[in-house]
Amino acid sequence: MRSWMRAATLAALLGAMAAAAEARTVRWAASGDPNTMDPHSQNVGTVTMVLQQVYDALVARNPDLSPAPGLATAWEQHEPTRWRFTLRPGVRFHEGEAFTAEDVVFSIERALQPTSNFGIFVDTIERAEKVDDLTVDIVTKVPDPILPNKLASVFMMSRSWAERHNATRPQNTRQREEMHTVRSANGTGAYRLALREPDVRTVLARNPDWWGWREEGNRGNVTEIVFRPIASDATRIAALLSGEVDFVLDPPLQDLARLRNAPNVKVLEGPEIRTLYIVFDVGRDELLYSDVKGRNPFRDLRVRQALYHAIDIQAIHRATMRGQSVPTGTLFPEQVNGYVKEEDVRLPFDAARARALLAEAGYPNGFSVTLDCPNNRYINDEQICQNIAAMWSRVGVRTALKAQPLGPFFAQIQRADTSVYLLGWGVPTLDALYSFQSLLATRGGQPGDGIWNFGGYSNPRMDALIGRMKTESGEARQAAIREALRLYREDVPHIPLHHQMIPWAMRANISMPHMANNQPFFRWAVVE
Amino acid sequence: MFAFILSRILQALPVMLTVALISFAMFAYVGDPVAIMLGQDFTEAQRDALVRELGLDQPFFVQFAKFVVNAAQGEFGLSYRLSRPVAELIAERAPATLELAFCAAALALLVGVPMGVYTGLYRNSWLSRFFLTFSLIGVSLPTFLIGILLILIFSVWLGWLPSFGRGDVVQLGWWSTGFLTWSGIRALILPSITLGLFQLTLIMRLVRAEMLEVLRTDYIKFARARGLPNRAVHFGHALKNTLVPVITIAGLQLGAIIAFAIVTETVFQWPGMGLLFIQSVNAADIPVMAAYLLLIALVFVVINLVVDLLYYAVDPRLRVERGAVRGA
Repeated sequence: MRSWMRAATLAALLGAMAAAAEARTVRWAASGDPNTMDPHSQNVGTVTMVLQQVYDALVARNPDLSPAPGLATAWEQHEPTRWRFTLRPGVRFHEGEAFTAEDVVFSIERALQPTSNFGIFVDTIERAEKVDDLTVDIVTKVPDPILPNKLASVFMMSRSWAERHNATRPQNTRQREEMHTVRSANGTGAYRLALREPDVRTVLARNPDWWGWREEGNRGNVTEIVFRPIASDATRIAALLSGEVDFVLDPPLQDLARLRNAPNVKVLEGPEIRTLYIVFDVGRDELLYSDVKGRNPFRDLRVRQALYHAIDIQAIHRATMRGQSVPTGTLFPEQVNGYVKEEDVRLPFDAARARALLAEAGYPNGFSVTLDCPNNRYINDEQICQNIAAMWSRVGVRTALKAQPLGPFFAQIQRADTSVYLLGWGVPTLDALYSFQSLLATRGGQPGDGIWNFGGYSNPRMDALIGRMKTESGEARQAAIREALRLYREDVPHIPLHHQMIPWAMRANISMPHMANNQPFFRWAVVE
Repeated sequence: MFAFILSRILQALPVMLTVALISFAMFAYVGDPVAIMLGQDFTEAQRDALVRELGLDQPFFVQFAKFVVNAAQGEFGLSYRLSRPVAELIAERAPATLELAFCAAALALLVGVPMGVYTGLYRNSWLSRFFLTFSLIGVSLPTFLIGILLILIFSVWLGWLPSFGRGDVVQLGWWSTGFLTWSGIRALILPSITLGLFQLTLIMRLVRAEMLEVLRTDYIKFARARGLPNRAVHFGHALKNTLVPVITIAGLQLGAIIAFAIVTETVFQWPGMGLLFIQSVNAADIPVMAAYLLLIALVFVVINLVVDLLYYAVDPRLRVERGAVRGA
């Protein structure tokens, strides 16, 4: 009896050792921790980067971010305001529930709740209708040609699981009690949430039953992902160099040269879909923070052009960004639908021209203004603003810099309490409309119009073009986008600066595609 | 004694209220939690609804009164950032900070006092000079730099110790401890040194100065004249009389260690209350910040009380005076 037990123990031990040899863990670090595990509560990158391993959406994304079949295998615009999605059969949630049309209807309703932060992705949706167990119709208020692209950001939850755990709405902060979804997740994805200790670690375990492992291209062999937030830049890099973590999502630019030379570490470079601009107050009759009284110099196109000419973008690219930026003259990078290469042209750096334009506009001696800037939101944001303030001062516009942490900074610009500010803008829908509607539509129109237009830009022609982007499709829509990009260049409501680059640093034995939305997908990660 | 404690507690109340008022007033400037909670995309209506829901549209003193009433019942609401009860969050992080502070304080006392005594007794030995030079580093280098240097040497170059985190912890009821696992103890070493180094050098210099002072006094000369052995003179008479200021400083420094573990915790990603506070500042998570500041105020109040009580134990003169007052 005894020896039998000993043999069994030995066999179990050997089995465990074999399994350990098979186990391929990636220890992943980034500066921020996801605030919640709820898929419809907070639309921020730190949450999505973890949850997209756990949850699937109707539409998935390829490594180049183009749409791919996800929980829906096919979709078509049945009528102008009705999209039909055919669901993938045989999919199960991690806790065993079958995935059906009920869950799709429920998830979209949940994302439509006022406590959801995902309104932008479902704003055109009137309702979702179950046709049969594996078919769903989504009815929109207006024709929405880019709905599938938006639905790639809406994760699917199990209705019965949410009801059982009393989590049919995203967390409401006013409630006294924590919701089940804050620390638990039940998706259909490639990894399931094995352990969640907020601000300490999040462990994801491979879901061997994931539908995608049978699909071509998902060659990932990682069995476990351990995510740990490490806020201090120096410590995060030290942990990578000392072998305590395998993958760092956000290495600081100043450490890249060192990382490239470190043994067993590699840096994966790639662009991010995020563009930085200087935004002018063109709405007020008198600037809030300037010595010019009775008029607003930024309402004069020549002044905006002058300040554009004054910026030496190559100097910023070389010295401040250490080559890790893509200087641009347009609203969004080429991965976004609607990009036109011919419109991506900057006004050249020409300080003499800048001075001449200022004199022509009636400011031969320049004027003073305050530039508002965050100091912990975008890569090297404060240094960029310091450069710009110096360049403007050189042509006579005496620029005072007010750099603050993102909390007070965003609070201030959202009150439009600024004369000119730095803004970075990402495009999660990968479509031009998102940027035009939020940044350049006249404020107070339709829902979502001008919600980030704090410079008060308003041009009826632009509004008309945005209206066409919302309702038209095909070539007519592309033409409207092209025209709007031209108008953006002519009007100079912003000075575009550059698209950010987001290098990832990892151990040399890991290979995975770089994602321009800064959201790694471990389904494609291979550890050798 | 009881009356003394009671009076100190009554004195503490206005202190706590003032801290609450100052911190609450400060929050008007840390940023707008609504902006951060709504993220990049929202409508005006959503914004107004959230402002009303959080009660941010009410007058300042109404908000403050509500806050004090709730705080008195230990009710701090839900963290804006993590959607979890604040009291639970703080209780979860407190063990990490307290264990780190305990190790740092133990290090400062157990190493600092002997070093102080040694440098006081043997003023001119080369080892004393070395200690004094070394203590200058501890006093003058900022904490985050010490932490990063230690990480560079012991994690990156030598690979001996972990550069971040707490290692594996064991749950004892609600308390999570790192003392019971090998990786937990290893993880404690670098942060404890970083946090305790300043206090260590401070205590060493203080003990040395006091020792020099005391060794000049008459009763030490009499003790020597009585032929007492050096050990009794140094430790029984001299050291004991240096302890009153040392206890005061060490006590206050313990409060400082707990309160200012923030920098060390950020450098080492130590999942304690200080790191929680920093993350809350970045997200303008007012409920957590308010609770943390009140807790730190409470820690200082309690430590002051304990220090006062320790005086009685160390300095018999105080006991006599009290006794005389009571007898009169």
